[in-house]
Parts: sequence; structure tokens; C-alpha cells
Amino acid sequence: MGAVVALDSLLDQRRVWKGQPQAQPVSTQRTGHAALDAALPIGGWPESALTEILLQDEGLGELQLLWPTLARLTGKGERIVLVAPPHVPYPQAWQAAGVDLRWLALIEASGKDALWAAEQCLRSGSCAAVLCWPQQADDRALRRLQVAAETGQTLAFAYRPLEEAVNPSPAALRISLEARPVPQLRVLKCRGGLAQPAPIPFAAWH
Amino acid sequence: MRWACVLLPQLALDGVLRRRPDPDTPLALITGTPQRRILQTVNSAARALGLRPGQSLTAAKALVRDFATAEYDPAEIVRWHRFLAAWAYRFSSHVSLDYPRVLMMEIESSLGLFGPWPRFEARLREELTALGFRHRIVTAPNPAAARVLANAYDGLCVADEEALIQVLGQLPIDRVGLDREVATALSRMGLRRLHQVLALPRDTLARRFPAEVLHHLDGLTGRRALALDCYSPPDRFDVRLELNFDVESTQALLFPLRRLTADLAAFLAGRDSGVQRFSLLLEHAQGDDSRVPVGLLSAEREAAMLFELARGRLEQLQVAAPVRALRLVARDLPAFVPQHRELFEERPQQTLPWEQLRERLRARLGDEAVHGLCAKADHRPEHAWLSEGQSKAPPTSSPRPGWLLRAPQPLCNTRVKILAGPERIESGWWDGGDVRRDYYRIETRFGQQGWAYREVGDNGPLQLQGWFA
Repeated sequence: MGAVVALDSLLDQRRVWKGQPQAQPVSTQRTGHAALDAALPIGGWPESALTEILLQDEGLGELQLLWPTLARLTGKGERIVLVAPPHVPYPQAWQAAGVDLRWLALIEASGKDALWAAEQCLRSGSCAAVLCWPQQADDRALRRLQVAAETGQTLAFAYRPLEEAVNPSPAALRISLEARPVPQLRVLKCRGGLAQPAPIPFAAWH
Repeated sequence: MRWACVLLPQLALDGVLRRRPDPDTPLALITGTPQRRILQTVNSAARALGLRPGQSLTAAKALVRDFATAEYDPAEIVRWHRFLAAWAYRFSSHVSLDYPRVLMMEIESSLGLFGPWPRFEARLREELTALGFRHRIVTAPNPAAARVLANAYDGLCVADEEALIQVLGQLPIDRVGLDREVATALSRMGLRRLHQVLALPRDTLARRFPAEVLHHLDGLTGRRALALDCYSPPDRFDVRLELNFDVESTQALLFPLRRLTADLAAFLAGRDSGVQRFSLLLEHAQGDDSRVPVGLLSAEREAAMLFELARGRLEQLQVAAPVRALRLVARDLPAFVPQHRELFEERPQQTLPWEQLRERLRARLGDEAVHGLCAKADHRPEHAWLSEGQSKAPPTSSPRPGWLLRAPQPLCNTRVKILAGPERIESGWWDGGDVRRDYYRIETRFGQQGWAYREVGDNGPLQLQGWFA
């Protein structure tokens, strides 16, 4: 003890292990919102994984959050499936957002059947993105969706009420949408990085 | 020409055994008058217990107590014979049913596609075994010789005429398909093998025996060509499986269903067609049959997929009364177009194509559950969308909400802020759905943006019809 050793020599002798930041893979699935892309550690939606979108009420811009992604995917001729949507998608609005409706499929189901249908669609690998609105989905159901998304290499989006934010979830990314005081997004959890505590202004409407 | 003779030695028994889940239990087929029932055929397990064909049923019951019985039905044999011909039609363009319990196939012209013969034969045997039929296969240059050799050999392949004469010559005289009196007469003359008969001068044979004998011998040696009927497959598939007991749950119907769909797939492969619509009929002891229609969006013929779809439909059914028999009828058999596949798939794990996924979803959730979405050129929001068809409407310039509520909701007792509007929509006087509405873009106090309207001339609350989600 006591001998002063230069740090450089220790490093040269490889006796000190230096943690190196892992290079993050870069997502090829851009969200289409520059501020959100910047806030996410991989710069886009997590590929082959489940993303949860938590919102208090409807009409907060939850579709506008995904429309750029859906427009890009359908533009490439990839299929989008909506499993048990709560309302009818207004075709003119979706077209105006750039979504090619020929590649959009809707599945009418309820309860357990909707979860089953979403899992089948994710697992099949023949869809590019699957949007679902699970009712009372528990941790196991979400985990199934997450595993199915991994198996089928498909983007999965689940819309859930904001009260679920306190419950843990296997989703790779959790985003909450808030309308007050200003429209904003909050990243609650993201795989591969620390979630930014600061809200991201979400200026899709105005 | 080369002919393959597929001899089905226990066609009746196999037809019954293949629909039983446990083929190794003793089974006897019974025939005869109600007064005197006789065992017609027994399977190997029953034979091991001492049962013999020709025994009376009472004798058999005295000998062994526990064995299953089924009726020996000649019509059933004809049906299985035709079913197997449909299967064989896949491998040969000329399949003949002229010989009973024999599929005679011309194979020389099929060898380029399925050959060489050992591989072809292995495939035939494998598929026949999978279908549950015992068989013996012999090939020869002419059909009569192939039929006669199948009595004595299995797996024999006679390449040419010279070898054929050699092999035929070694056959005992009572095994070559001659009439019994003729065979006895010949053997009493000291002619035990066929080559001794063939060595005789033709005119002496013609003088001593009926003309059929020389005809038959000429057919065997290939000196006289035989014209065989050509089988052509039927245009519809209709197979019925009788269950030996009353079935009350759909689970117990799955085994016979798997057999039926596998048979349908074999039949379709033989015709090179697919099936787009078929129905399952559950026959009850009393009352009408329950009908389970199974529809597909495109023609398919894969056995596993057909089974899964039929199963999905069947499992939704509440079986009202015990089921006696299961029948599968397919009338609509369009040509099968294999799906075009890219050599290099963009998505590496494309395990299930969309068409099959859609069928699976429809089978469980109902025919109407999976649909698309398209825009219709109509200003009224409730008429602006269709679930099927081609989008024709150009996008409107004024903003429209992403969600459309299925029925408008009155916005009572909620303070809303009007962001934009009014936009008047007045349309539909020609079809009775006349609307005159002023639409507003609103914001609730939670920050939700909605689309609401008020009828012109009405002072009631705003009706919410969509969300700018």
C-alpha cells in the first residue's frame, strides 16, 4: 500500500475494468415526431415490442401520435390491424393523415377474444403494426402480447387508461398523454435508457 | 406402358378400422341373414383370439366375449374404392377400377414427375399407410400380369416382357387367374406351372379349352392388349362417417373430423383443386341434421388448415342432440392457385401468411369480424364509411375527427369551449336520411377535442359525434 500508481499504467495492464457505454441500436421505426424521437434512447419505437399509450380520456391526440408511423408503414405496403377499436375510424381523417386504407384491417372482438386476436396477429408476423385496446388486461395478458410481438417481429401498441400507470408493465415503452396544462407527452418507461422526467410538448394539433 | 397394381387386401376392414381411434382392438365384420349371422372378415387382433371368417356369430360369441362388430357393407367398399381412385388420380392420368379391390395405375408416363420407381413406390406406400389402408404393390408391363402377380408378390417390379415371361412361368397353375375347372384339368394333365402351359402349341389349347383360356393367357403375356376404363374423379366430395356410439360433445368429434378433412385434402390434391366452401353435417337419431358451414375467402387445400378451420366452427356449436354420424360435403371446388412467394422474404419469420391468419380469426370470431375500411363520397359522417370496397372519396379539406362514435351522444351539463365552426352539412334528401346540421369543433374541460353538431333550428344540447384523437 501507499505506492502511487498512475492510472494510465493500470489501464495499460488491463487490471482495471472500465465500463464502456454500450452502443445503442438505432430504431428503424421513427415515430414521426422529432421531439419524441429525440427523447427516446433508440430514436424511435422499440422494434418487435409492445408500446403502451396511457391516456386519461379519448380525444387527446392518441391517434395523431401514431398516424405518421401508420402512414409510413402502409405507404410501404405493410398491413396494419386494429383489434377491437372503441369507435369507427373516420376514413377521410385517416386518409388525410396519409394512411393507405387498403392496408388497414379491423377486427371486431371483445374481452378475451380481442386479446386472443391481437396475440394471433402479432405472432403471425404478417402485420407491421397491431393496435389494440385491451380491457382489464392484467400483467400476464400484456406479457403475452409482448412475447407475441417479439416472436412476430411486429410493432404492438396498446391503449390503456392512465390509472394503469402505477401498475408495473412488461411493455418496452410506456408513454402517457396529458392535455393539461398544455398538450404533452411523458415517457414513463423506456427500455435501454432512463426515462426523461420532463414532459415533451406534443404539438400535433395546433 | 407400365402398370402398377395396388392391391387392397382388406379394403372393407380398413375402411372401418380407420375411423376407429383404437385399431388394435378385436373387430369382426358381419354379414348374412338376420337368422344366421356370419363373420365376413376379422382383423389380426380378432384372429389371434381364434375368430375366423365364416364362423357364425353365435359360435364367435361363445368363443370370445369381448370383440367389436360392424356391418359388412358392399356399398362402403365401393365408396372407399372410389375414394382411393381419386387419391391415385394424383399420380397417374390413367387409373382403372376394372378389377375389384385393385387400383390399376399406368405409371410409365408419371415416372418423369414422381420417379424413379423405388422413390415413387415409397411415396405411394407412405401415403396409403397414412390414409390407413393395407396394400400390396406390383408393377408389370401389362395390367393382367400385374393383377396376377399381385396375388403372389409384394413389391415386385418387372421391367420388360422377357422378365415377365420368366416370372409368370414360375407361378403355380392355380394362381394365374384361370377358372377352377380349367386349372384342375391342367394340373391333372401334369402341368403344374405356367411355363409348361405356355410351352404347349396354341392350337391344341384352343381345341381342348374354352376360348377364354387363350384370351387370358394372351393378356398375361402381353400378346393381346387390354382396354381398361379410365377413372375420372367426381366433381364433388361427399363422405360420411358413421359413429358407433352417440356423441354429445364436440371434443369427441375431433378425431373423425380430422379423418374427414385429411380425406378431403387428399381428394383435392388428386383433382388439383382447392375448396372454398364446405359444410359439416351432424346427423342425429331424431330431427334434422345440424349443419356447420365453413367458408373460406380463397381456395385452400392444406389438411391441417382445413381441420383447424372446421374445428373452430365446430367448437362454437352447441350440440343439441347426440350425434350419430358426421358428413362432410364440398361442392364448390375451384382451381387451386398456390400462393406466390418471394424467394427472399422481407420478413424472415413470416410464419403465417395474412390469408391464413384472416381465416383463423374468422373461424373463431365470426365471418363478419375481420373487415377493412374504405371511404365513401358522402358528407354525412355516418354514411362516409364502408367496411368493404374501394375508397373513392377524395379527402375533404376541412378537418375530420379520427374517431367517429357509432351513435351520437348528447353533451348535457358539460361546459365545452367551441374552437371552430359552424360547418354546415346538409345532405341526404334523396335517400330519406336527410340531415341539416351545424358542426363545431369543441374542447371539453379535460382538454379533449371533439366534433359535435346541432340540428339546424334546434336549441337542444350539442350532439357529440367524434373525437379528434
